[in-house]
Amino acid sequence: MPAPGSLVLPLCALILAPLLLGIVNRTKAVIAGRHGPPLLQPYWDIAKSLRRGAVYGEVTTWLLRLGPVGGLAALAAALLVMPFGGVGAPVSFSGDIIVLVGLLALGRFATVLAALDTGSSFEGMGASREVHFSALAEPALLLALATLARVTGSFALTPVYQAVAIGAWADALPTFALVGMTLLVILLVENTRIPVDDPTTHLELTMIHEVMVLDHSGPDFGLIQYAAALKVWILGALLAGLVVPVRSGSVWLDGAAMLVGMVLLAGVIGMIESAMARYRLVHVPQFIVGAATLSAVAFIIRLV
Amino acid sequence: MSPLIETIHAVGLLTCFALLATSRIGACIRWLSFQGILFGMVPLIVHDDGLTARAMLLAGGNIALKGIVFPWLLLGLRARADFNREVQPFVSFVMSILCGILILALSVWLTQEMKPALAKAPFVMLDSSIFLIFIGLFLMISRRNALMQVIGFLVLENGIFVFGVITVVGTPLLVELGVLLDAFVGVFVMGIAIYHITREFGSMDVDRLTELRG
Repeated sequence: MPAPGSLVLPLCALILAPLLLGIVNRTKAVIAGRHGPPLLQPYWDIAKSLRRGAVYGEVTTWLLRLGPVGGLAALAAALLVMPFGGVGAPVSFSGDIIVLVGLLALGRFATVLAALDTGSSFEGMGASREVHFSALAEPALLLALATLARVTGSFALTPVYQAVAIGAWADALPTFALVGMTLLVILLVENTRIPVDDPTTHLELTMIHEVMVLDHSGPDFGLIQYAAALKVWILGALLAGLVVPVRSGSVWLDGAAMLVGMVLLAGVIGMIESAMARYRLVHVPQFIVGAATLSAVAFIIRLV
Repeated sequence: MSPLIETIHAVGLLTCFALLATSRIGACIRWLSFQGILFGMVPLIVHDDGLTARAMLLAGGNIALKGIVFPWLLLGLRARADFNREVQPFVSFVMSILCGILILALSVWLTQEMKPALAKAPFVMLDSSIFLIFIGLFLMISRRNALMQVIGFLVLENGIFVFGVITVVGTPLLVELGVLLDAFVGVFVMGIAIYHITREFGSMDVDRLTELRG
């Protein structure tokens, strides 16, 4: 049972996660020369959805209602094992790397089940795409984390990220750089951001994630939006923890450096989204497999 | 192990994967040029005796030939035979990358097996050299376009060069330069052959050569 004080970190994540999406949207707007929505707009969007009533189709079952709750619950549970750079997670045990990846997969599974439950052909298509791409992205994520575990000699996320200091970077520069690139690609793929999918589009034929949640309304949709923000936060913290190697020992300093890192990361996502076009769907697997290759190379060069 | 060697190793491996995943001949040639320059620098850093005239000559010759002359020849050839700019793989790009990972694992295993025999060599680079040799062979057999076979041959040559530089400390300079000259003549002859193939068949597709059966 974690100490009550250590729960501050997941709480911060729960509060701050939608802000990241606000920063991404603001960056995109500024680059496009617009003023853009306020930074807190994602909070208003979620609040608005939560106030509404929900409509469920007559042919749907409890699986549709389970989807948003299950997805959010899995991600909130993942926050418990997720360290924030040098700041340790409330729960840490050997093998929690696998637990993190498993929880992400569980959340996705709940969403996919809900999408299939509607019986809509569009949602089935979206579910198929989501599962296809995540089947490729998951080994990449596991390889990246396995490489970090290999370099730092630990199999729990908190010690792994505490070991990623400047000295470790100097020792294993190419390895960390490769893993960082993989994590960036996974962040874009898992959150269905631009080179893979456009989160703002509403053309069903090209969508991946958004098409699965078309039948959710009201509070359910609010929960899904919130879960999406949490997912950006979790995968972003994996990457930012690697590229911000500030390990001073002081919780405040490490946490502040990580927060700056997360804000910069959101800016980078916004810039990528402004600068790149979406890939054709047939090219997405190549993109993900390429990212997995970077991690595989990093893993194999550390093997000897 | 020195970070510089490890960086060259990692970037070198990635150039191989880039060659496996690239569909345009022109881009492949540029990757090859980059790879030639990268591995051309190996003689300068791999041994502890520093910047000797011999190492400088070897590295300079390699970078000039593999980084500049060969790519220039190949780009000229591609421009002249402007029929198809795609590499036309027999094995799809995603499968090529997965094969590349398997080959990488195989070469790491082979290096481990060789370790007792070559106690002094920097092992990371030994990985790269064997990987380059295998990837060269793989590119030659898995691509339809005749230019890609020249590129595969040059990747193979890079591998043999790195292997020679790191394992055999006392090779006479004359032998090393002779090997370079051989590669140069090889590429020259292959260039002429490809030119004639394209003139005869109107394409660089090596499958068309089966039509030559009498």
